Amino acid sequence: MNLASLTITQAHDGLVKKEFSALELARAFLDEIEKSDKSIFAFLTLTPDLALFQAKKIDDLISQGNSIPLLAGIPAAIKDNILVENMRCTAASKILENYTAPYSATVIKKLEKHGSIILGKTNLDEFAMGASTENSAFGPTKNPRNLSRVPGGSSGGSAAAVAGNLAVYALGSDTGGSIRQPASFCGVVGLKPTYGAVSRYGLIAMASSLDQIGPLAKTVEDARIVFDAIRGRDHFDSTSIEPEVKNLKFKIKNLRVGVPKEYFIKGMEKGVEKAVKNAINKLEEAGAKIVEVSLPHCTDYALAAYYILMSSEVSANLARYDGIKYGYSEARNPKHEIRNLIDVYLQSRKNGLGHEVRRRIMLGTYALSSGYYEAYYLRAQKVRAKIIEDFANAFKKADVIATPVAPTTAFKLGDKTKDPLSMYLADIFVTAVNLAGLPGLSLPCGKSSDLPVGLQFIGKHFEDNFILELGEFFEKL
Amino acid sequence: MMNKKEVKHIAQLARLGMTPREEERFAKELSSVLKYVGKLKEVDVSKTEAVSHPFKVENVMRVDEATKDKKKLIEGFLQVKSVF
Repeated sequence: MNLASLTITQAHDGLVKKEFSALELARAFLDEIEKSDKSIFAFLTLTPDLALFQAKKIDDLISQGNSIPLLAGIPAAIKDNILVENMRCTAASKILENYTAPYSATVIKKLEKHGSIILGKTNLDEFAMGASTENSAFGPTKNPRNLSRVPGGSSGGSAAAVAGNLAVYALGSDTGGSIRQPASFCGVVGLKPTYGAVSRYGLIAMASSLDQIGPLAKTVEDARIVFDAIRGRDHFDSTSIEPEVKNLKFKIKNLRVGVPKEYFIKGMEKGVEKAVKNAINKLEEAGAKIVEVSLPHCTDYALAAYYILMSSEVSANLARYDGIKYGYSEARNPKHEIRNLIDVYLQSRKNGLGHEVRRRIMLGTYALSSGYYEAYYLRAQKVRAKIIEDFANAFKKADVIATPVAPTTAFKLGDKTKDPLSMYLADIFVTAVNLAGLPGLSLPCGKSSDLPVGLQFIGKHFEDNFILELGEFFEKL
Repeated sequence: MMNKKEVKHIAQLARLGMTPREEERFAKELSSVLKYVGKLKEVDVSKTEAVSHPFKVENVMRVDEATKDKKKLIEGFLQVKSVF
């Protein structure tokens, strides 16, 4: 049996039936990482001692005859912008290269309560800004399905860890597609929960009105197990909500699946379009009703509004990296030429932050600056209202919306690094979901030229469980 | 569109140091992004109100313990022991 390829439920069964121990399971993953992570580079930090220590504790519980939670003894990978107490947390940035987290994120505390095991921290685009993980200050992650391709981003390390059997599941974060797009590129399942469903406490902030933490896993069932473990109201995050439990009985008969006509655009990869349309046909054959819906502001306009609003929030959130409060400071460079305080700011941020991060800080500062605020920031906020309205109208005709996750499959490393706009366009189908705060599920639905294609289900607010049930149903078709 | 002079000004506001070569690169790249986001002008938002969040949210505050006892309030100010 290859332990590294097991799902959460399979691994849990094996542990309970004593077919293998938690220690053996953790070792199997550490061996696999040792063997293949030199070529994939999914991990920035490995914590084998902690993993084995945690696994030993679970084995003790099992040998004492205790029943264990589903996630107990299950090895996980955590995106390196989520804090784990006493562990290095870099956000893949030079400015935080030697930063140690002083506390754990709420999601980590919850996973630890369930007994899950942490193998290490995964690579990402610096501060989660990018669509290919090539913006990491420590080098790009490669797609385990084809090493010449990117894994997507920004949660590329997490997606690659799951796809490459280097972890059973992983946590990622999604501000404008950063869980769903890499899940699609690597052929795994990724959930961006409803905004507020999962606490953001301990997530390094990028754009606070858009960020959400969510799972990447091998199956929809696994994603649901992790989501159930991490969700819920947290008094450390005032935007987190404990939703009312809706008793939505999932029935495929007469389920209205909305397909937005604007999401099948010119220039889309033919194989992607075919795989997604096939998936929609399968749902129809199974009894679902397919209805055309219109989301006129949710592709091009959403991406434009997203870049203004996200960058504006980024410019404020990243002001804290000033060479004084956190991490890298030019003042500690023995060869520095600092004359005054402003030089500390200018030089620390120049040398500590990467090009894409600085580009977004520039764009955000510009959009918020006097004379441009109305034309850019305020207008983008109004377009955001239009997007929320688009979805509300579509959900009058449909119970769920099905779209492609990305217009292409995983592209080659280096293909889009020269032209920032072409990289931004990789997120054209995913950013509207963040602007409206809706849940989005990305799951594999076939291949195009031997590379995985992702299907996206978008649900109404706090109907995360509903799209997960639909996802589980779809997997079995 | 953003010229080098504007890049310098914004970089100063954002406290970002950069070389003259980087100033040129940022001017070029940001101009192309601004051209794309210029699309937003096509949307009719004359009757739309701006939103800053996916939902309507309100500030969450704890109970105000200090002003609970109305007897300690004088014209809205909290009476405390004198410091000096």
